[in-house]
Amino acid sequence: MAKYKDAQENYFPTADDRLLIEEFKQNPIGHHSPDLQRLLNRLRSVPMAGKHCLVVLDPNRQWQLAKTTGVRGEPVKLLPQRFTNLVDAEWHVFKLRWKALTGETLVK
Amino acid sequence: MMKITAYADQVSVAPGETINFMVNCVSKSFKADIVKLICGDTNPDGPGYKEKVIRTAVSGTYKGRRQRIHAGSFVEIGNAEVFNRLQSFTLQAFIWPTTPEKGRQTVISNWSHVEQSGAQLIIEADNGGVGLTLGAGKGKVQTFATGKPLLTQEWYFIAASFDAKTKTIQLIQEPLHTHVGCNDQARQTRIAKFGKSPLHNYLVTLGAQFLRHDKGRIVCQHHYNGKIDSPRIASRALDLSEMEALKRNVVPSALTDDVVAAWDFSVDITGTCVRDITENRLHGEIVNLPARGMTGWNWSGDEMSWRHQPEQYGAIHFHDDDLYDAGWEVDFSLVVPKKLKSGLYAARLRCGDDGDSEDYVPFAILPPRGTATSKICFLLPTGSYMAYANEHMAVDVPIAQLLSGRLLEHDRQDIYRHEHREYGASCYDTHSDGSGICYSSRLRPILNMRPKCRAWIGGKGSALWQFNADTHIIAWLEALGYEYDVVTDEELHRDGLAAIAGYDAVLSSSHPEYQSRQMWDAMDAYQQTGGRLMYLGGNGWYWRIAYHSELPGVMEVRRAEGGIRAWEARTGEYYHSFTGEYGGLWRRNGRAPQRIVGTGFSAQGFDISSYYARKPDSYKKEIRWIMDGVGKNERIGDFGLVGGGAAGLELDRADTSLGTPPGAYILASSEKHTDIYLVVCEELLINYPGLGGHESPMVRADMVFYPTSNGGGLFATSSIAWSGSLSHNSYENNVSQITKNVLDRFIGKKPLLD
Repeated sequence: MAKYKDAQENYFPTADDRLLIEEFKQNPIGHHSPDLQRLLNRLRSVPMAGKHCLVVLDPNRQWQLAKTTGVRGEPVKLLPQRFTNLVDAEWHVFKLRWKALTGETLVK
Repeated sequence: MMKITAYADQVSVAPGETINFMVNCVSKSFKADIVKLICGDTNPDGPGYKEKVIRTAVSGTYKGRRQRIHAGSFVEIGNAEVFNRLQSFTLQAFIWPTTPEKGRQTVISNWSHVEQSGAQLIIEADNGGVGLTLGAGKGKVQTFATGKPLLTQEWYFIAASFDAKTKTIQLIQEPLHTHVGCNDQARQTRIAKFGKSPLHNYLVTLGAQFLRHDKGRIVCQHHYNGKIDSPRIASRALDLSEMEALKRNVVPSALTDDVVAAWDFSVDITGTCVRDITENRLHGEIVNLPARGMTGWNWSGDEMSWRHQPEQYGAIHFHDDDLYDAGWEVDFSLVVPKKLKSGLYAARLRCGDDGDSEDYVPFAILPPRGTATSKICFLLPTGSYMAYANEHMAVDVPIAQLLSGRLLEHDRQDIYRHEHREYGASCYDTHSDGSGICYSSRLRPILNMRPKCRAWIGGKGSALWQFNADTHIIAWLEALGYEYDVVTDEELHRDGLAAIAGYDAVLSSSHPEYQSRQMWDAMDAYQQTGGRLMYLGGNGWYWRIAYHSELPGVMEVRRAEGGIRAWEARTGEYYHSFTGEYGGLWRRNGRAPQRIVGTGFSAQGFDISSYYARKPDSYKKEIRWIMDGVGKNERIGDFGLVGGGAAGLELDRADTSLGTPPGAYILASSEKHTDIYLVVCEELLINYPGLGGHESPMVRADMVFYPTSNGGGLFATSSIAWSGSLSHNSYENNVSQITKNVLDRFIGKKPLLD
């Protein structure tokens, strides 16, 4: 990944960074290359306000996307997307966070 | 939203004894049954959820009712005739506010909410500075405030006096800090519109304002966040020199007739009583366990223990979310049938057919007191369960997704308790003012100590942590047909060695992290007198805890100077208020975990688990029996419901420099952990690169065995995830095989070394 960001915290993906996208798609949870791990550290460390999470609908079988608010006592905000496996959920949120970080829209 | 929640007054009960259950239910009725818990994991990829309904007198339908929790701590002084005499008065204290911006907060109150009458020393809403509210009834309420915002976490001397004859009010707000440019000092004089007898025979409260009674409980509002030290009430308007003279915990003889109450919080820190040092003896009681043993306004930093200089520990830290006892009324009780076998049980409560209409209240049924009815004891780690009780990191802590390396899953119990903060939080959380939570009680619904419960920290897969993970050990004992008793931390703490002396083998849980000195000593004595301990988990015997000497069902942990800490105790506040013992890691108390279970916490990560590889010691002929049925170079536990492997979540390593016996056999070590796994911070004197699972040799779990005195022995798996691998392939796998080999040997007649 682009290892440095500018003073305004802007993030400019490089060609190498885009290789990490495929690595993530192949294995979103588990062993990662150091570059992908650095990218994921960045994506997963966003603040609690508006941070994506999953609500369990059926244990180990179905989940619904949601966001935490960062305010104690406030319910998580449910979003329409539902998933029947965690890989799909991880990929969906990866795309949302990539867009927020870089402004780029990833397609399947 | 959960429609039913409940708790019990005890977590362990013997045959013939009574356990009471308190239920909050939004439906008109609920059904209750007692069930024996076998496997709490609902993952369809595992053995499946298993419970057995036990016929008892409890089974039946009960009337549902709402029961509320009133969180927030304060001191209740009670009514006192002496206040009826007061026309003029002075209220003064030292305060260290932590959320002055949060809203109106009460420091000293003598107030009737119904009559809108009395007086209160307050912090005005929106950090409007120190204020005085006077009420003369019939809507005659006035508040005077300095208008000078208070700094957070700085000491102030504050006072408000009222002279009934002249209706003169004096407000004092004196910062003890020396910061330049802060406009937070005030000495103001005001004139009240009315002034008739503002103090009455009302309930006096410190740290909150009395609102009403609710079924025997005192309900307050306008809770204060922060420390209060040396609160005083005098019967006339004192001048500045007289206020000054009252700052110390001795009432000057010249003021004896004028001082109504002077509370010294440094007295009886271990207890619940708050002492008034005047002859009026207007002693109070703390409610909902505000933090005691806290550094006071005059703490110099020269002494770290409140036992050595209590006069510098005259502060109590109040929180608007403190909770000790929910105080609900009893809905039903169980007298444990005399023939009911010791085990893990629960009250199952249902008020409908969906998951939100169900709750469980787990508890242990002990063997009859003073007896052991099996060779095997499963030690239920209730102290550790309390430390994690109603933990909120998944919604409060941004690094939680980094620790787990994936999106966090929120189950129905998570969602409910996150929305109902009055249910109290865990010792992994912070109070609403950011200070660490050092006390945790079981006298409230603990929604993550439940069967069918998942945890964000429990790894990919079944996502199990603590209680529900431990049901896999119970399920394994049941599946393989072992007879066992269940004993809890509370028996071990209270009864010492006698609680477990009668067993050939004791099995630990997956994560017995929190231990009192009494528990530590008992387990050490057990091993030295021929007892055999199977440590089937990770990160055990890590934190020192204390139990309260007067209050049941509450523990304390001070997250002191080292270790993986969700918060850090403030300097000078490392000593338990319950006992005066130095808190923190057992390692910093001279008893690293390696001294009692051979291995100690070395690394953690919460994404996926890994496997163990056999080590040369495992082939030695005198202990080869441990690996019977396990092939040469066979990977151990490369499967499982917790992260997909038996070595995961929190990992311990052997280290002779920390106390692993030199004769310990290192049977196997885990490897190939991800970079989410990192070495624990107590190992870092100088931080350096390469501390992740891909690089650091300290990221590993060591499986260890060694004999102890008088025929005793110790077997350690050193991994929290171990229990999640037991059921793989219908319990036919090398994790189950090794566990069985060791347990059979531990309860058999053969010596431990061939």
